[in-house]
Amino acid sequence: MTSAVTGRVGTPSPRRSKLRLRNTVIGWSFILPNFLGFALITLIPVVQLFFISLTDQNIFGKGDFVGIANFQKLMGDPLFQRSFVNTLYFAVLHVPLTIVVSLGLALLLNSKLRGVAFFRTAAFFPYITSIVAVGLVWNLLFSPEYGPINEVLRFFGVADPPGWLLSQDWAMPAIVIISTWRDMGYYMILFLAGLQTVSPELYEAARMDGANVFQRFWNVTLPGIRPTMFLVTVLLTIASFKIFDLIIVLSPGGTAAPNMATVVLSQFIYQRGFIESKFGYASSAAVVLFVLCIVTTVIQFLINKKRSA
Amino acid sequence: MSATRMIVLPHGTRADRDTRPAARVGRVVGSILLVAFALALLTPFFWMVMSSFKGPNEVFSVPVRWLPEVWHVDNYFALWIDTDMAIWLRNTIILSTVVTFLQVLTGSFAAYGFAKVRFPGRDVLFLLYLGTIAVPWQSYMIPQYVMMAQFKLTNTLVAMIVLQAFGAFGVFLMKQFFETIPEELSEAARLDGLGEYSIWARIMLPLAVPALGALALITFVNTWNDYLGPLLYLRDKSIWTVQLGLKNFVANNVTADYSMLFTGLTISVIPIAIIFLLGQRFFVEGIATSGLKG
Repeated sequence: MTSAVTGRVGTPSPRRSKLRLRNTVIGWSFILPNFLGFALITLIPVVQLFFISLTDQNIFGKGDFVGIANFQKLMGDPLFQRSFVNTLYFAVLHVPLTIVVSLGLALLLNSKLRGVAFFRTAAFFPYITSIVAVGLVWNLLFSPEYGPINEVLRFFGVADPPGWLLSQDWAMPAIVIISTWRDMGYYMILFLAGLQTVSPELYEAARMDGANVFQRFWNVTLPGIRPTMFLVTVLLTIASFKIFDLIIVLSPGGTAAPNMATVVLSQFIYQRGFIESKFGYASSAAVVLFVLCIVTTVIQFLINKKRSA
Repeated sequence: MSATRMIVLPHGTRADRDTRPAARVGRVVGSILLVAFALALLTPFFWMVMSSFKGPNEVFSVPVRWLPEVWHVDNYFALWIDTDMAIWLRNTIILSTVVTFLQVLTGSFAAYGFAKVRFPGRDVLFLLYLGTIAVPWQSYMIPQYVMMAQFKLTNTLVAMIVLQAFGAFGVFLMKQFFETIPEELSEAARLDGLGEYSIWARIMLPLAVPALGALALITFVNTWNDYLGPLLYLRDKSIWTVQLGLKNFVANNVTADYSMLFTGLTISVIPIAIIFLLGQRFFVEGIATSGLKG
């Protein structure tokens, strides 16, 4: 650990406590400009969230304390039930798919193939493209009658291709595909960094012992990138639970279309809070989202700790 | 984790390639997979750019036409007259520049405090920063909005700046980097009589150019592409950003002039694509270092 002035071990002397004070003042003076903004726009609102969720506050100002009434109402709200289930459904599809695709891509780019630098750049393009452009282009690509995707599917003999974003069953898988397409370059970079920490000697030793390519992947690569796998899983899970912008640019019908097939928690909060101005009620759903993310992250940390012990 | 570790792609010369038949088959399969990936990644972009040159009714045609029949370059002129693209671009450039400047400045400043000055409560404070990574913005956007409304900041560009300029991300990224700079350097500077602020400005910042570049690039791209913040806060047309403007252009596109829409999308992506291509080394290293998007 580094420090500006290393305090000597021993009995506290006046000189030492003066140094401590000086360091504290200097340390805080560095942190303060950022911390003021950080506290104001992040810490304070997070604390306030819990208070607002217990009131019936609306857009016009202070609300009255209503206890847990919002949460009771929430449990019986069909839109909330759908958005909760859909959020979990999205995460269950999106997390494994993105891990498999981005790890596969990272493995490919970690090999001695030609042109990997170009592909690394290409893989990043979706991630730096705005969500509005992504939403629009994919909306038209997935268009059931005129879109290129179904055209290609028909060409390959699929007589009745799915209605994708307009269909009850296929809307969520379509959004998962788009989301994975957008994010895979980002997680690929994380995996690539992880893969390069695995020592080449281990692969050589495994090869000597006669391990084939799958055995090497299972017994050398996967254990070697465990910290990266953990980081990616945590980040991806939180990102899935808060999915919002992609949904909102892809479903212009909002929470109604098609038949609530793609409504998610964040969208519910936006709908009840900003469209219908029920700040208190929407905040109770926000508390649910908050708890969901924190609890899942803590569980993942505990599992990871147990495994590495 | 070493912050400055580069992601080096293996450079295989032909000579040291494995020439066994199995390895050769593996290479062919790998190359085919790579090309398939690249096609899946880039086809939507190709379609977007090509559609921006098509005629108004040409975007949807069965069977799909990938290239325009006649190249409508005029779309790229008409867009500036038909929409407020110039205003949206101006707002977005102002916003992205100011946010990036503030984030880099306050982030690297605070990171020095966390990485190089030891004082009571420092580690707890940093944990607080770190913990907010697991908290989605969507969960506290309502109290944040209520507070901004009390300050009369809703419907202003200032709100967007305040919202994005003080993230934990910059602090985290820069702290990781500063910790890799040997303590002997600042120790020597202290002996020469330099104060902590001068050490930050004259020693740390010049050494941290790659990390600063990564942070600046990531912040700029994220601010440029942000859609939700502007959606909640910016009501007046005069302060709309490119993303918000284009989304409204879509929604009000009664004539369904999709080629014009694609022209707008292409224009909105070009600046980011250029910036990314120029600085992608920083970008990739920054993300691999911190593991975070900001």
